[in-house]
Order: sequence, then structure tokens, then C-alpha cells
Amino acid sequence: MWETFGFEFVNFYLIPGLVLGCIYALGAIGITLTFSILRFANFAHGEVMMIGAYFTWTAMILSNDLFGVPLHPLVAAAPAVILAIGLFILVDRYFYKPFRSASTIRVVMASFGMMLIIRSFVQAVWGPNQLTFVPGIAKPNEMVKNLTASIDMMILVPNKHFWIIAGTLIIMLALSWLLTKTKIGKGMRAVSDSPELAKVSGIDVEIIVKATWFVGGFCAVAAGVFLAMDLQMLETTMGFRMLLPMFAAAILGGIGRPFGAVIGGLVIGLAEELSVYPWFGNGSLISPGYKTGVAFTIMVIMLVIRPSGLFKGRLF
Amino acid sequence: MDMLIGYSLYGISLLTVGGIYAILALGLNIQWGYAGLFNVGIAGFAAIGAYTFALMTTAPSGYHFGGLDLPLPLAIACAMLLSGMVAFLIGIVCIRLRSDYLAISTIGIAEIIKLVLKNETELTNGPRGINKIPRVWEHLTEERFYTKAPMSWFSDAQGWDYFFDKLPIWWWQPFFCLTILLIVFIIYKLLEKAQQSPWGRMMTAIRENENAAHAAGKDVTRRRIEAFVIGAMVMGLAGAILSQHLRLIDPTNTFDPSKMTFLVWVMLIAGGSGNNRGAIFGAFLVWVIWSASEIFINSGLHIFGEMISNVDISLLKTRAGYLRMMIIGLLLQYILQKYPDGIMPESRPVQTGEKLKKGRV
Repeated sequence: MWETFGFEFVNFYLIPGLVLGCIYALGAIGITLTFSILRFANFAHGEVMMIGAYFTWTAMILSNDLFGVPLHPLVAAAPAVILAIGLFILVDRYFYKPFRSASTIRVVMASFGMMLIIRSFVQAVWGPNQLTFVPGIAKPNEMVKNLTASIDMMILVPNKHFWIIAGTLIIMLALSWLLTKTKIGKGMRAVSDSPELAKVSGIDVEIIVKATWFVGGFCAVAAGVFLAMDLQMLETTMGFRMLLPMFAAAILGGIGRPFGAVIGGLVIGLAEELSVYPWFGNGSLISPGYKTGVAFTIMVIMLVIRPSGLFKGRLF
Repeated sequence: MDMLIGYSLYGISLLTVGGIYAILALGLNIQWGYAGLFNVGIAGFAAIGAYTFALMTTAPSGYHFGGLDLPLPLAIACAMLLSGMVAFLIGIVCIRLRSDYLAISTIGIAEIIKLVLKNETELTNGPRGINKIPRVWEHLTEERFYTKAPMSWFSDAQGWDYFFDKLPIWWWQPFFCLTILLIVFIIYKLLEKAQQSPWGRMMTAIRENENAAHAAGKDVTRRRIEAFVIGAMVMGLAGAILSQHLRLIDPTNTFDPSKMTFLVWVMLIAGGSGNNRGAIFGAFLVWVIWSASEIFINSGLHIFGEMISNVDISLLKTRAGYLRMMIIGLLLQYILQKYPDGIMPESRPVQTGEKLKKGRV
């Protein structure tokens, strides 16, 4: 039973889907927060993910070349997070803030321009070609392999996938603590529900905006680094490729619902991977080339039947 | 003399591509300038137009669908129609929602179109693209066109061959350019007419104050879909012409969604959204800057490479291209903040005053 159905399904479809879902989820958190608190769809979000991964790569290379210390990507991500958050706050200060009282579509336009600026910057500095993030083939974790093989349910998970799933869980827990227990998190939820009401009840909206970029930037870099760990390489288009699934995840979960975005991300990630599983007969359900269209299809269906998302998010 | 011809041919090609971008900018102006619809899938609509035209006019080929041998104007009409149909489908889903959703959906549909073009290899030859797309005027020298009516009425194949052999090799370039400029002019005239008509004024009313227009009994959603579809049709037309200009199209490089879409946006915003003349002017201006800066940067790098011999300038060249893109992006941000109305701000048609005095309203 396991050999014929389970082995292939779990190892080659379910676990990669889950990993992809985690990456989408982290990216979608930032999108849904900016959408609900600043009230615009931030097109530059994917590019910040991408530049975060490039910063991480640079930190790894620098530490290896200058000090001879090979860093784990997650350690090297620490300076990248600071840089990316700084970038988000600078971009907000100089490119988004001037439009805060204008019609929101101007900010969307500015963020669209920002997307191109950040990508061209990366292409000009690091070059347009692929870079190796982590060399070598990722071998499945021996302990899990032997343990599960002994009960005839062999599971092959490389260590990188453990890092990604565990990292996502930790970030999720931290985020839930931040949003429900701290003053700033409560403020973020308040601004998301009603900016005017939040303002009259004495919440400093500008600080909340900064906090949003902080959380969004952190999650974006985490997602970018996880994605680079998963692919083991860097590309300048990787952020743009993530953008649509992340929007789809944010809309699926409901705008302004960070946990909805997480569920949405997992659903989109799983749906993308499982859509190529041979459910009927021998061929895959849809041609693998169309895998990336799944997210868009789900998004369009949601926009038609329930634009407020699964968890009753905001509808603008 | 040869140099003079060379320079004027460069000028003509600048005008040709500038004209194609002007058509795209006019299409976007209907959507954004008239109706306030934020479309970032311009490359997608242009790709539909280009591929429709290419597949309907190319000679039979082992690599992709073809051999229909349709007359070129008919193929252009089909390109516009298909582009409009796709826009209609997106429109009925997204237009009732806020503009952000439309933006996300249009960027999505551009990706989906690219995906289809890449994957349907039987139909489109996939990532390798379509080659030898017939070009208006130049196609008259192709055998499969001059053996067909109405061309075959004028002369037999030998006479036809002889006639074109006498002409310089670039004879079609000015005609092609003039045709495009004529199309730009016709679209411009039609759009000006539309803007001053009740339809155009209603569009402005909807854009400026949706609720008031709705309260006045206007069917907001329907008008918006109309504007979106018409704009997309114009973009499909531009795509069909672009495929003729390039002769070789492929889904990834030709229709790089960000670059092509982005340039058109810069053109419209710089020229002045809502103003057709501004859209055309912006298109030519930005295209000339874009095209000329490439030449200047490359020749500058050449001089740099001559001075310092151990530098590989090919690397610098590609990097400089991206830097140029970044500067254009910053230019857009600057215009958006400082001159949101563009070089030629929108001017409202005269409604009262003189016309009222003359009793024409």
C-alpha cells in the first residue's frame, strides 16, 4: 500500500507542497498586512524577498572569504533582515508616503515602479545570471529515513525542508504572540480594522506603519531565504514568480487576516504541487507546465464567488 | 549618401517603434486616462494580438500552427477581437472590485498568457517562438502573397519580381512607418471624438466620482468594461503591428511583462494621462530617450574600453542596461510625485461658455 501509493505521494508531492506552502504563507503575511494597514497591494513585496536572499548570499560569501567562516543561510539572514527592513522603511518614506493622502492607486503605481527599480538594481549589481546558493545535492535526513523505514513508511526529507517548516512554525508563533499580546500588534489590528477609529483612540498610525514594514520585511526575507534554500540557487525573477501566488494566498485567506494568509499560502502551495499528481490514471492531472497557473485560477475563483476570502477579510 | 540613408533609416525605425508604443499608450489611455482602470497586463494583451496575427498569416510550418494565409487586415481584426474577448472575461470578474484587484488580475493574466504560449508547443512552437511573420508592404515581395489575388491581377510573378528587384532593399521601411503613423492618427481622432461624446464625459464622471455617476443612473460597471475592452483591443492591434515589425516573436523576451508594460506606463504618465496628444508625445519622447540612451551608453563604454584595455566591456554593457531600467523607474517615481499630470495635462472639452452663447448646446 505504502509502496504503491503513499511513498510517492507523500515524498514527492505532499512534502514539497507543504514546503512551498510555508514560503507562500510567509510572503502572504506581509502582503496582507500592507494591504489592510496601508490599503494598497504592494507589488514590490516579491522583490524584497528576492533582494533579501541576495543579501544573505552576499553575507555568506563575505564571511567565508574574509574570515573563513562558512555561515548557515539562516545565520547569514540576520544582517539581510536588517537591510531589507531598512529598505522597506526607506522606500515607504520616499516613495509611498507622499501618496498617503492621495488616491491609493497612485501608491500601487509607485510600488509597481519600485518592483522594477529593485529588480534592475539587483540585476545591475549581482548580474542577471543564476547564482548557486547552497552547492551540492540535498540528501534526505538519515535518521528520519531509517526510523520511518523501520515501520515500512519510508519518508525522505532533506534537512533544508525541516529548517523551512520549523522556521515557519516559529515565525508563526512569534507573530501570533505579537499580534494578540503586545500593544503594537493590537494597534496593527486596530488600524487594519479602521484607521480613523484607531487614530482617534490615540494610536500613532506612523509607528504602526513602521511596525508593518518591520513584520512584513522580516517575513519577506525569511520567505526569500527559505525559497533560496529550497531551490539552492538565486534568480532575479524569483521574487516576481512568487508575487502572484502570494497575492492569491492573501486573497484566499482574506485581506487583513494574517492567519488566513498562512492557511491560504499552504492551500496554494499544496494545490500547486498536488495538481500534477496522477490522481486519475497515469498522467499528471494537469500538465506540469501549467502548475504556476493554479494559484491564479484559485484567485479568480475566489474573486468571483467570495472576494472577502475564506476568513471574512476586508473588501475594499 | 549611404550614411545619410543610414541615419534616416534609424530615424524611420525610431518613428516606427515609437508609433507602436504610441498605439499601446493610447490603448492604456482609454483604460487609465478615461476610466481609471489600472492595467499592468499590457504585455499580455499585446502578446495575444501578436500571436493571433502571427499564427493566422505565417506560411505553413512544421513547428507551429499556420498556413491559413489570411489577408493581413483580417488577421489584425482577429487579433483585436481576441484581445478584447480576453479583456471582457477579466472585466466581468474584476471590474466591480477595487482597482488593486484589477491590477493583480491583469498581471496574473499576462503571466497565464505567457504560460499558454510557452506550453502549447504544438500551436505556438513554445519558447522558441514564431519566425518569418509577414510585414505589411514588405510581404508584397513574398511569393505566396503576390501569386494571390488581388496582387496577381497587376502583373505576373516575373514582372513582380523584376519590379521589386529594382527597388532598394529598404523600400518598404518608409511605407511601413507611414502606415503605423496613419493608424496612430486614426486612433487618436477616434479617441478624441469619443472623449468629447457623451460616452467620454460619462467615463470622466465615473472616474472622478463613481458614486455620483451611479446615483445619476449610469451603469458604472458596464461602462468600465467597455473602456477596458476597447483599450485591450487597441493593445491587441499594437501587438499585431509589433509582431510585424519584429518578424520573430517569442513569449519570454519579446513580451517581458514588466519591461514592456512598464515602459508604456512611463510613457502615459510622463505624457499626461487622460490626454491623447500627451500619450502620443510621451510615447515618442520616452522611446527616443530609451533608444538613444542605449547608443550613448554603449559608445561611452566603448571609449572607456579603449582607454582601459584590461576591462571586459561586454559585462559592463549588460549591467548598464539594467541600470538604465532602474533610472527610468526612478524617473517614473519623480514624475508621479512632482508632475502627476504629466507634460500635457488633461484638458476638459469645452462645455459651456462660447458654445452656450452660440446656442449650440
